[in-house]
Amino acid sequence: MSASLEIEEIHSYYGKSHILQGVSLTVEAGEVVTLLGRNGAGKTTTLRSISGLVSPTEGTVRLAGIDITGAQPHVIARRGLGLVLENRGIFGLLSVEENLKIAVRKGSPWTLNDVYLRFPRLKERRRNGGATLSGGEQQMLAIARALLNDPKLLMLDEPVEGLAPIIVEEIVEQISEIRASGIPILLVEQNLAVCNELADRHYIIELGRVVYHGTREEFSSNNDIKDRYLSVGA
Amino acid sequence: MIYLSQIVNGIGLGMLYFLLAVGLSIIFGLLHFVNFAHGAFYLLGAYLCYALLQHGIDFWWAITLAGLIVAAFAALVEAGLLRRIYRLDHMYHIVATIGLALMIQEFVIIVWGPVGASVSTPPALVGVVMLGNFIYPEYRIFVVGFTAVLALVLWWLLEGTRLGAIVRAGSESSDSISLLGYDIKRINTAVFALGAGLAALAGGLATPIRGLDPFMGVEALAIAFVVVVIGGMGSFTGALIAGLLVGIVQSLMATIWPEGASLAVYIAMVVVVLVMPRGLLGRA
Repeated sequence: MSASLEIEEIHSYYGKSHILQGVSLTVEAGEVVTLLGRNGAGKTTTLRSISGLVSPTEGTVRLAGIDITGAQPHVIARRGLGLVLENRGIFGLLSVEENLKIAVRKGSPWTLNDVYLRFPRLKERRRNGGATLSGGEQQMLAIARALLNDPKLLMLDEPVEGLAPIIVEEIVEQISEIRASGIPILLVEQNLAVCNELADRHYIIELGRVVYHGTREEFSSNNDIKDRYLSVGA
Repeated sequence: MIYLSQIVNGIGLGMLYFLLAVGLSIIFGLLHFVNFAHGAFYLLGAYLCYALLQHGIDFWWAITLAGLIVAAFAALVEAGLLRRIYRLDHMYHIVATIGLALMIQEFVIIVWGPVGASVSTPPALVGVVMLGNFIYPEYRIFVVGFTAVLALVLWWLLEGTRLGAIVRAGSESSDSISLLGYDIKRINTAVFALGAGLAALAGGLATPIRGLDPFMGVEALAIAFVVVVIGGMGSFTGALIAGLLVGIVQSLMATIWPEGASLAVYIAMVVVVLVMPRGLLGRA
């Protein structure tokens, strides 16, 4: 049985900037894995390289054992990779319901009603334009939309960034439930409390390389690592 | 009473202008692409319609086929050339599409000659109807009805269907729509082909009214831009209102001050732009 997601030694560039310099990581079935690191370390670029928005120049990306390196983003998405961008990528000119409807995939186990049950707030606001939603509602809509697209693996880029604590709790709760439904998750997050609550394993990335890898238990008992790679004040 | 008749005339002309301009507006609104070849697609539509009629094909088939052929041609041009310059500044769009427009115009001159021609009204619509004391050609009434139906269908397609929602979503964020599994390149090609096909259809429909000549594309491009600027870039309803406004102004002025009919259209544009820089219904 191959891993849900396996990336090996990928290198990616933005123009001439060599952003990823050999990143490797795996996400096994049923796992939540977080990718940590300071701003500019290459977390978002890693997600973009997996999803095809950026084409890695070297290395391989395998989704459920199938090589998807360098494929177009829509091809990778159809193969079952969901990515919620940091800006959430809500279509502001479309209503909430239109945002959801265009994501519905034939054969998906998720229906519009399922996501409305899960996110009642979206049902209340289904006729509103995407641009009128609050940050928390936009995040819920982005996650709901990704679910309707029937992902085999979900990647979330800083899902609770800038949200009020009560909304953060709600989103964290939803992420746990998605994991419980069997969808593995690769999470980029700065909020360590959230990461510790959700993740089975952590990777830390710095200057485009993975510099640390450990289980939740190993990581939470290792303050040295947190100080060295994640603290802001040096 | 003469004015009333000119207003009716203006509505007929205005609906043709709407059909011509809506394609330009859709291409700009959804692809953020400035298409100076739009008039050339109108020109090509008119001449293809003419050529098909010469081969004994019925008028309805001729305009339909002309629209489809031009749409297919536009799809090839978009996929082969224009999609490569979407990300560049609008100036590059203008240079490339003016070049394309000139090539199409020269092609028309080489194939059909520099002198224009006329197209007879389809036999089913040669009659006239009486509007009070005025006689009004049936064909023009048909044009109004046909474009009105087409406008409704287009509006429904863009605003009421899942396909339309996908297209609108793609114009907002190509990354987000790709991440949902849609091929943004194919969507863009389809939108461009639709816009060009509508221009060609307008060209075909206009031939029985105005005849054809190789320079009709230049005139059509100017009118299309006036309509889009007045209505607001990218606005569907704006194109409809502005098309009718321009058609009516032009027709009324043709009675009041014939020499100034074209000028009045541009003055109307200047006034609208001064008062409402984004046009009547333009978005930010």
